[in-house]
Amino acid sequence: MSQFVRFTIDGTECMASRGQYLVDAARENGVFIPTLCNYPGVKPKGSCRICTVKVNGKLMTACTTPVAEGMNIENESADINELRKSIIELLFVEGNHFCPACEKSGNCELQALAYRFRMMVPRFPFQFPNRAVDASHPRIIKDHNRCILCKRCIRVITDESGRSIFAYRKRSASVEVVVDPKLGKQLTEDLAQKAMDVCPVGSILVKEKGFHVPIGERKYDKVPIGSDIENMQSTKI
Amino acid sequence: MKTGAQRILEKYGKDKTRLMDILIDVQNEFGFIPREITVQIADELGMSEVDVDQTISFYHFFSQKPTGKYHIYLNNSAVANMMGRNDVAAAFMKELGIKFGEVTPDGLVGLFETACIGMNDQEPAAIINNQIFTRLTPFRAKEIVRDIREGKSVNDMFVQDWGDGENRSDLIKSVVSNNIRKIGPVLERTFTAGQAIDKLIKMTPEQVIEEVKKSNMRGRGGAGFPTGLKWEFGRNAKGEKKYIFCNADEGEPGTFKDRVILTERPRLLFEGMVIAGYAIGATEGILYIRHEYKYLQAHLESILQMARDANYLGKNIQGKKGFNFDIRIQFGAGAYVCGEESALIESAEGKRGEPRDRPPFPVEKGYLDMPTVVNNVETLCAVVKVVLNGGEWYKSLGTTESTGTKLLSISGDCKFPGVYEVVWGFSINDILDMVGAHSEDVQAVQVGGPSGAIIGRNEFNRILGYEDLATGGSLIIISKHRDILNDIVLNFMDFFIDESCGSCSTCRITPTLLRNKLLKILNARGVKQDIEDIVEWGKILKASRCGLGQTAANPILSSLKNFRHLYEEKIQKNKEYDCGFDLSLAVKESCQVTGRVPNI
Repeated sequence: MSQFVRFTIDGTECMASRGQYLVDAARENGVFIPTLCNYPGVKPKGSCRICTVKVNGKLMTACTTPVAEGMNIENESADINELRKSIIELLFVEGNHFCPACEKSGNCELQALAYRFRMMVPRFPFQFPNRAVDASHPRIIKDHNRCILCKRCIRVITDESGRSIFAYRKRSASVEVVVDPKLGKQLTEDLAQKAMDVCPVGSILVKEKGFHVPIGERKYDKVPIGSDIENMQSTKI
Repeated sequence: MKTGAQRILEKYGKDKTRLMDILIDVQNEFGFIPREITVQIADELGMSEVDVDQTISFYHFFSQKPTGKYHIYLNNSAVANMMGRNDVAAAFMKELGIKFGEVTPDGLVGLFETACIGMNDQEPAAIINNQIFTRLTPFRAKEIVRDIREGKSVNDMFVQDWGDGENRSDLIKSVVSNNIRKIGPVLERTFTAGQAIDKLIKMTPEQVIEEVKKSNMRGRGGAGFPTGLKWEFGRNAKGEKKYIFCNADEGEPGTFKDRVILTERPRLLFEGMVIAGYAIGATEGILYIRHEYKYLQAHLESILQMARDANYLGKNIQGKKGFNFDIRIQFGAGAYVCGEESALIESAEGKRGEPRDRPPFPVEKGYLDMPTVVNNVETLCAVVKVVLNGGEWYKSLGTTESTGTKLLSISGDCKFPGVYEVVWGFSINDILDMVGAHSEDVQAVQVGGPSGAIIGRNEFNRILGYEDLATGGSLIIISKHRDILNDIVLNFMDFFIDESCGSCSTCRITPTLLRNKLLKILNARGVKQDIEDIVEWGKILKASRCGLGQTAANPILSSLKNFRHLYEEKIQKNKEYDCGFDLSLAVKESCQVTGRVPNI
């Protein structure tokens, strides 16, 4: 069996290594498939659903689906883009997101995707949930208002013996990501910083640190999210 | 207290994949799962506290607060409400002086709501300390509370005679009735344990799979995947150990056929698991049962023991060298989503019942990452008859696309609610005649539970089968005097909202928004735009990972499709659109605080 497979994204012929996940295969071909819950190096979970594409006409998440020979992938169609935009809006109305006051503004992937998908006002009514801020841990603040429940922190940040420091609690609309009472207190400075960096939004913040990089000079302040991948294509051509 | 938890941990070999069993035992022994035991479990199993907590907090029947010496879980399903559950609920609240979700100040009684408990044919029903109480009335509620106050044990609180069949046996002693109304080739009485196994061991596994393929049988859980093909994948999958799972989670509101099979035909079911194990080369079978059926545990364990004693389970079964297979029972703890096969596997591994991403499918990588075949209770019973009578025989029953028979769980507004085994190919009209419902009195039939469809009279000539109206077997009959939107649709939406695992953004958020739209319409504040929004927003759920999420809008979408006039009657006329913002409501709280009167 060949190491490489051929497939198409929106009609364009692409090639990638067999078994790669669709998001990675697309990236190598200069195609951006938006993601939120996906994080390099950890098992994908497909929980935000932003990366939904149509594979041979069927809705699949690109972060969890391995590429296979002859797949026809629909990524930039009106339907798919509308679905993604509505998912972004869902995440905005589910929590309490006040971008101007957030330390993560400009580095926030949710905000960046909202700009990319030209979200103005969400079509859904704001839910204004009553959520808490947990500042009981020495190094981090867990702001539940901004959490999009993507599980990145849960999957990436564990202690040396693989025990979870962050975990889901409850289910359905009451689900929340909580910090282990004991391990949260023992979080090292490096791990605390990593947790903040792993969080796509401003739900995990390192204490006593803020606005080191001024607003206006942050990751997505000047270029839209995904443009690094798309620019790669132009250099390749 | 510590010693109790320690004993339970040791019983399961301090194996963290058995966390469900550990927690169930702790819950049963202490009435709740105290924080210090959570910490103890975490330490002993090498997990963090939040690791254990995420499993505990996922399941409805695990509690982190005391639930009372007596805990009453009253069913709140749509059919329970139709049968007078609200009056029973009011009586319990009045007699106990507490609301649902509370425990009496003396710690004696806890009162809780619970989703469909699989007793739709004898509602209103409740689970009190793992025992089932059916056909409740406000009077019975009063009596039960009196008995509790007198310190009677749950088993002494029954005033009804025991139910029918095995429900009367010493190991069950329950007031539950089977209500088997029609017996067919699967439920037939003549089956003798071991019959099929004796025939099985003279066949090769490939021959067994071939017979099942020949029968054209499709999975009876609802999804309808061809059983023979699933087994072939399982047989061909590579792994050092393989597993057969029987899915007895039966959580779809309105279905209760598996309850009846587990009560009356467990030998048949276990034999089906042995056949499946032989066919795919599995050595272990796991019967995953919903917690609501815990009252059947002793009965099922004793049948398993009898099978072991007769060497229908165990090593070198019936002298066939190398044919080793045994079965263990895994209980759930209250989560509808665990009926989804990959969520069921996660749960059996001691985790939250969150569905997995596919691929890989469970047949390649399932329980403990080993090849796993998950079959429905009814499917496994039917394969026994295929082995005994041949695939051709099975295929001769039913229709071309839908071979064999189907067990229907029928409830709601009819004379004879219960379980009916019919060959595929009946129309809804036939069914209504069969169960004693006059089709002119019937307004609608809910086919396949909340995740299915609600159909009106113009569709009663449709045929049950994969080619037309596919169903996992639940039919709820809704008479003319019911309010479909209030009594059925709203109840089903609340159900889906509670039962979402919460992992997919789409399924966690959208059903609540849809329910709020429905409420707006029911409160006479709806506009035309709301109906259009419902249709559009409902599509988002199709992007969810599992069947629960993908069908979570079905109650609204299918009632809107088939009973659109009910929605249109309730919206404001001559108003196409509103901004959805109510200024007086928005300033209400601040006005209350400041004492101002809004100047609007």
